[in-house]
Amino acid sequence: MQTFPKHGVSRRDLLGSAGLLALSGALVGCGVARSGFTGQPPAANVLTYWNLLGGGDGVRMKEMEAVYQKANPDVDLEAVTLTWGNPYYTKLSLATLGAQPPDVAISHLTRVSTLATAGLLQPFPPEALARHGMTPDKFVERAIQGGTIDGQIYAIPLDTHPFVMFYNTDICEKAGLLDSDGNLKDVDDPEAFIDAMAAAKGITKAWGGAMSTIADPATDWRCFFTLYSQLGGTLLTGSAPEQIVETDKAVEVLKYMRRLTVEEKVMPTDIDYGGAVALFANGRAAFYFEGEWEVSTFLTAKMPFSMQRYPLLFGEEYAVQADSHTFVLPGQAEIPDDRLDRTLGFIRSMLDQGLTWGGGGHIPTWLPVQESAEYKAIKPQSNYADVAESAVYDPPAWYSGSGSNFENIAGAVIGEVLTGRSQPEAAVTRMQIGISKLARTPSPL
Amino acid sequence: MGTATTLPPRTAETPATQPHRRDRRTLSGLGFLAPFLVLYILFLFGPSLYGFVMSFFNASLVKGGLSSFAGFGNYAEAFSTPEFWSALWHTVWFTILTTPPLVVLALVFALLADRLVRGRWFFRLVFFAPYVLPSAVVALIWVWLYTPDLGLLNDWVAKLPGNLAAPTWLGDPSWAMISVALTTVWWTIGFNFVLYLAGLQDIPRDLYEASAIDGASPWKQITRITIPLLGRTTTLVAVLQVIASLKIFDQIYLMTGGGPDFATRPAIQYIYDVGFTDYRVGYASAVSMVLFALILVVSLVWFWLVRRQERVS
Repeated sequence: MQTFPKHGVSRRDLLGSAGLLALSGALVGCGVARSGFTGQPPAANVLTYWNLLGGGDGVRMKEMEAVYQKANPDVDLEAVTLTWGNPYYTKLSLATLGAQPPDVAISHLTRVSTLATAGLLQPFPPEALARHGMTPDKFVERAIQGGTIDGQIYAIPLDTHPFVMFYNTDICEKAGLLDSDGNLKDVDDPEAFIDAMAAAKGITKAWGGAMSTIADPATDWRCFFTLYSQLGGTLLTGSAPEQIVETDKAVEVLKYMRRLTVEEKVMPTDIDYGGAVALFANGRAAFYFEGEWEVSTFLTAKMPFSMQRYPLLFGEEYAVQADSHTFVLPGQAEIPDDRLDRTLGFIRSMLDQGLTWGGGGHIPTWLPVQESAEYKAIKPQSNYADVAESAVYDPPAWYSGSGSNFENIAGAVIGEVLTGRSQPEAAVTRMQIGISKLARTPSPL
Repeated sequence: MGTATTLPPRTAETPATQPHRRDRRTLSGLGFLAPFLVLYILFLFGPSLYGFVMSFFNASLVKGGLSSFAGFGNYAEAFSTPEFWSALWHTVWFTILTTPPLVVLALVFALLADRLVRGRWFFRLVFFAPYVLPSAVVALIWVWLYTPDLGLLNDWVAKLPGNLAAPTWLGDPSWAMISVALTTVWWTIGFNFVLYLAGLQDIPRDLYEASAIDGASPWKQITRITIPLLGRTTTLVAVLQVIASLKIFDQIYLMTGGGPDFATRPAIQYIYDVGFTDYRVGYASAVSMVLFALILVVSLVWFWLVRRQERVS
């Protein structure tokens, strides 16, 4: 031990230098690989497309992608599906910041303003849109307006997806809730709505209706925001707690929601998203409340059901929470014309396949499809097409939008009311304080 | 350690040649370390230092540079924010819930498996198998088990005598963390179990034989021989476990998303939420530094414990 040769190379030296060599080799290798991750333009015929569409939506989107791919064999469409909500927008932001954005991505309309303000989106040049026949007058006005910021169009809406009511036609018939045409009798009244669910509960012997109440802030928020908007409530008029939501109206809505689960017991207090779907699919609940996209699940289950707009329970003017899936152009640099044209061709193809998309429950915002006889023939999916213009969207703020922290905070306390663990007044206070804190934080955008 | 040494006396070397050899040795040592060191500096030390600097700025994810100087503003905000404290508490609460069972049960199972004569391999496999599953698979399995109304666990509880109503495992704020802890115990116990098994192999068999001749009961053998001689393994297991538990993120993110009503959101998810979702990386860095300090303190306590134990033995 401890003796070193005076001349020649020791084993240690050799291995040591080999280590250094290997390392420098690895670094050189990095140099070669660099073009892969520092943003050289992708191969000319590739079109990358990111979306967050799972379940039935995912299946339909794949069908539509296949149709596009077949019609455009020279384009290599690379579609990526990622987890819905915050994780998706985080990845989209990071990829764009890392100069590796997809050519086109799906974004909820309520997320577009945040992404655009952060400088992560490119606007659609009007002349390019016109070239592909996509002029603003051919879209549902409320949806295309929502994606227009400072006169520039940042989002092309594919659909409007409102919160709706599903009902089991067999059970409702036995409960005497259907009219002679087989449609649900009028339930547009707070008491009539509860009575109808109570009658259905008598038939199912389990529940009248089902709606996800736990581990699902988004659904709780959709229901609350629908009723709150029907009362004419406003959101985020300022950053002070009482300007976040109007206390009286929010308490009134939460009291009513609490009645449904805790007091009248026509809906379960503790049920998660999958559980609520299962209750309805198994006939243990006659009504189900969720966004219309769950229609695919019940069509697959081949059960007797129909769907219509969520009832008008408060006020005179109809309002319903909704959002839109839109196409956006992520990127911090201007897009070359040939790539833009390829992307717009893809978007146009998706819009033209609105019938496939509409079959999944979404209301097509592309009027040539929405106004077509074929779409109107799709039942029950087209029953509620007219609510697209009564849609209320989450207010714009850097922390708001679909699946955002705003929805998480508000939805969490609404869930606590529905499960009976929180009183409406206390819940509204917590919602106000929680969101007010976000509203008072300087925007990172 | 032996005290005898065969090393040649160092004083025999002439001072003139020593520095040269030292240099060569240092150089080849560095050569060995280089692949690791460079990666370590590039991907761990560098970013951590940058994170430390960022924690004093209002840095935003979507804006270039560090943005305006915040001083200790981010730290002050963290310490005055109830969400930060509750997230930190959830991390600690998870650690409290998981560490004792993961240490004690691992020991108990290792003792039992070690006593088996036949089929020992089977039990080793059974306890270790869940550990090799990815967190996503574990989360998926347990979310199904915990499904309210329809899940397997609810079914079992309903069959128990006494007409018990199963809790809403992941949906009740007071049960959610316990449910996640239960999953974690099932998932990760195999690692501690294996460490204990290895520790048990190290105990000389003759100690048991000698004590048996002296009339010691099996229980006495466990309490007087096995457990004391496993002391160092226990320290290792306990502290590795505490550190692992303090880093909790995956299972909670996958199973509850931090809910219901943020009742399970751990510190790391809080960092993720404010940093990547809210784009507030400066503030997120400050929170990371606080968590880093907490884990550092725990590690230092470990070193202190180990040092003391080594001195004793």
